[in-house]
Amino acid sequence: MTWKGKDMDTSKRNLYCNLAALCLLAVVLYLFDQYGTEYQIRILNNMAVFITLAVSYNLVNGMCGLLHLGPNAFITIGAYTSALLTMSPMEKQMSFIIEPLIWPFSVLQAPFFVSLIAGGVMATIFAFIISFPVFRVRGDYLAIVTLGFGEVIRVLCNALQGVTNGPLGLKGLQPYTNLWWSWGIAVFTIIVITKLVNSSYGRAMKAIREDEIAAKAMGVDPFRHLMLAFLVSAFFCGVAGGLMAHLITTISPTLFTFFLTFNLLIIIVVGGLGSTTGAVIGAALFAWGGEALRVVESPMNFGAFTIPGIPGMRMVLFSVILMVVIIFARRGIMGRNEFSWNWLFTKLGLNAK
Amino acid sequence: MSATIFFQQLSNGISLGSLYALVAIGYTMVYGILRLINFAHGDLLMVASYTAIYAVTMFSLPWYLSFPLAIALTGCIGILMDKVAYKPLRDAPRISLLISAIGASFLLENLALVIIGGIPKGFPRPEIFAKVIEILGVRVQVLTIYIPIMTLVFLMALLYIVYRTKVGKAMRAASKDIETTRLMGINVDRIIALTFLMGSSLAAAGGIMWALKYPQVNPFMGVIPGLKAFIAAVLGGIGDIIGAVVGGFVLGLGEILLVAFFPELAQYRDAFAFVLLILVLLFRPTGIMGEPITDKT
Amino acid sequence: MNDFFRLESLVMQFGGLTAVKDFSLSIEPGELVGLIGPNGAGKTTVFNMITGFLTPTSGRVLWQGEDITGLSVHQITARGIARTFQNIRLFSDMTVLENVMVSFHHKVRSRFWKAMLGLPSHGKEERRIRQESYRFLQELNLGHLADEKAGNLAYGQQRRLEIARALATYPKLLLLDEPAAGMNPQETMELADLVLEIRQKHALTIFLIEHDMKFVMGLCERIKVLDYGISIAEGTPEEIQSNPDVIKAYLGEPKHA
Ligand SMILES: Nc1ncnc2c1ncn2[C@@H]1O[C@H](COP(=O)(O)OP(=O)(O)OP(=O)(O)O)[C@@H](O)[C@H]1O
Ligand SMILES: [Mg+2]
Repeated sequence: MTWKGKDMDTSKRNLYCNLAALCLLAVVLYLFDQYGTEYQIRILNNMAVFITLAVSYNLVNGMCGLLHLGPNAFITIGAYTSALLTMSPMEKQMSFIIEPLIWPFSVLQAPFFVSLIAGGVMATIFAFIISFPVFRVRGDYLAIVTLGFGEVIRVLCNALQGVTNGPLGLKGLQPYTNLWWSWGIAVFTIIVITKLVNSSYGRAMKAIREDEIAAKAMGVDPFRHLMLAFLVSAFFCGVAGGLMAHLITTISPTLFTFFLTFNLLIIIVVGGLGSTTGAVIGAALFAWGGEALRVVESPMNFGAFTIPGIPGMRMVLFSVILMVVIIFARRGIMGRNEFSWNWLFTKLGLNAK
Repeated sequence: MSATIFFQQLSNGISLGSLYALVAIGYTMVYGILRLINFAHGDLLMVASYTAIYAVTMFSLPWYLSFPLAIALTGCIGILMDKVAYKPLRDAPRISLLISAIGASFLLENLALVIIGGIPKGFPRPEIFAKVIEILGVRVQVLTIYIPIMTLVFLMALLYIVYRTKVGKAMRAASKDIETTRLMGINVDRIIALTFLMGSSLAAAGGIMWALKYPQVNPFMGVIPGLKAFIAAVLGGIGDIIGAVVGGFVLGLGEILLVAFFPELAQYRDAFAFVLLILVLLFRPTGIMGEPITDKT
Repeated sequence: MNDFFRLESLVMQFGGLTAVKDFSLSIEPGELVGLIGPNGAGKTTVFNMITGFLTPTSGRVLWQGEDITGLSVHQITARGIARTFQNIRLFSDMTVLENVMVSFHHKVRSRFWKAMLGLPSHGKEERRIRQESYRFLQELNLGHLADEKAGNLAYGQQRRLEIARALATYPKLLLLDEPAAGMNPQETMELADLVLEIRQKHALTIFLIEHDMKFVMGLCERIKVLDYGISIAEGTPEEIQSNPDVIKAYLGEPKHA
């Protein structure tokens, strides 16, 4: 007898289902693109960017079981790189009033897509350099070192005015990010990372998460595989940073603090650490819920009364949610399970066998 | 640089180092027992400062009552934090504990933001701390001298408790091997609560002195000092009280002198601590005083 | 002197404690050698030095003519030495099949980006790994449990899965650290048969630690005895059983190192 994987019987069906789902998504996006309000489109764009971020962040934290607290560094690098490439030399000259932009950024200009890739590549290079100190340690130390690199990047962003324009940031970027770009990249990220996770490489990463000592004894090189996850994650965070820059159109160091990392952490914890599906669900909830919750922070009118908005209330809620989930429902929404068509068809009673 | 300025900077460095040391002790004590970076520890600086402000302004207490009161209250909040955020997770994976700690930190900061608002409040500085005196021709704030002295007093008290009392013995036992300590019939939960009480009180003392020195109190004031104190604890070899103090002084002095000698690096000051941390972890992953880690099978 | 596998005066010190002192041993291809000794004698420490988890304070590990002392764990595994652990270390949240598949990873040909793009060559390799892993499970009577989470297996099954996983790295030398620990006599007997069977089938050389004397004496061709880090005897099971030093060590007479 030989092994008959379930996946073999149903691979054709899954392919069709995937294609159908993609078409459906395209139709929905088209409808929103044509008829949606600005508010709806903004939420959808945010959702896609956060899905890209959460899915790639989860590759390190959920699949490899590390507590990496520096994705904001990669996002920052991606955002600045991409923004500096899409701005025209004229715009740059006008923006950089304190200190002129250094060569070669001052003359380089590239199309949006190229700038996104460049952002991803720069983030990856940075991740490669820091992975040597980072992976010498594990656990809490790794958390604090990655957080440290995030802080270092923030400090550099403020200090290196010849590259980043300091605290002033970069303004007036072209709003290139639209639904097609943001969702196209989100879908691509999901596909690529899912393939990686389900491959022999992904298995090695999970083995390291489960028991690093045993994984080594089975011939897995932890450093190489953790680095692989870290670099892939950094690349997509960098790309998402570029998307973010051209969505908000103004970037400055205050945008990329530890706050951003904290939000991503909530997303993947609520979704379920170690589940790509969970990361997607968490990101979608966050983009939608975070926007919906803005009401608590803005003034409210009840006829004659006006209740002033309460700044910080959203973050209080988020922190409480994070703690409640981690204390009482550690597995989050999905645990480590993934969505599969097989599961859906069984649920719907459509599975023949 | 003239000798006068040098001594001025030196005394600044020592008092900053003392503050880092006080806060670092709390990190190190909690880590010693629970193997947890209590991310929210730095925020206790903020809690203590606000409590002191309100004790002075709302209840018109004199400083010598309001400061100890704030220290005691913050100590209790430390215990509460353990009960709510960490105790339910004693058997959970480490990553969960750390995430809960990050949540607790954000919760404290944003609760303060919601309740008090984000506008910095001035810290009421009693006359006796505001004076400036001249020693050997160097003008220094008396505070700069009080801070290291107070730190020394607190440190002595702490060392006495840890090394000369029964409770201290239990604490040391728990940080060596918590399970065995439990089996020996010692109430480990009480020891942990006590550790949080002591660590948090020291952080509170550090926080009040911090606010005296830099009298702008806002909900996020504890974040950077907290991180740096943590780094100080790592530099000293986490889990080691004396190490934390040494680390605090190295970091405080290092920061101030770096800026004094290389003023053009002032804007990189906040990165200095992290760069130091990364270097230490690269070359001596368990800090200056700790023992190297080995793989256990 | 052979060129297959040789330990030369291994010493391991932890701070002030000398866990293993001047340990030498040479094993011929195909041999089945046992390592015994009271608790804390340093047996696991010897395994840890061989497999790269510990770098010996002094001494050398020679494997097929190469000095492998100080290589990292995964490099040593790739050279054909595999091990199991005294306290079971499975990837509990992964399925039984996946546990075995991990062992194939160090030989995977296709690069990571091929996996990420889902290229057919990677899929083909993946299917082959799946098939072969399943064969290892069947060999150890675990085939029906392939889709279970490893953490849900019964104790004896977990022990066998550890062996399956080690076999799947295709070792020439297999180190078993107390494979019969916690098993009942029936299971222990089956395990002894299993060890002989896999040695035969995979042309293995086996070096094992075990406290169960009946198991060791019945199975091993040669036995080495450790006490307080010092090798006190070496020989056939009969020689060991009648060795006064060994009897003394096991009767627990205070012995000073
Ligand atoms: N990584 C380590 N650091 C410090 N001491 C260690 C380490 N590993 C083992 N030891 C010590 O070395 C000695 C030998 O331990 P080892 O695990 O090799 O014994 P063993 O013969 O396998 O015992 P058992 O039969 O209980 O498994 C023990 O005293 C142990 O405490
Ligand atoms: Mg052992």
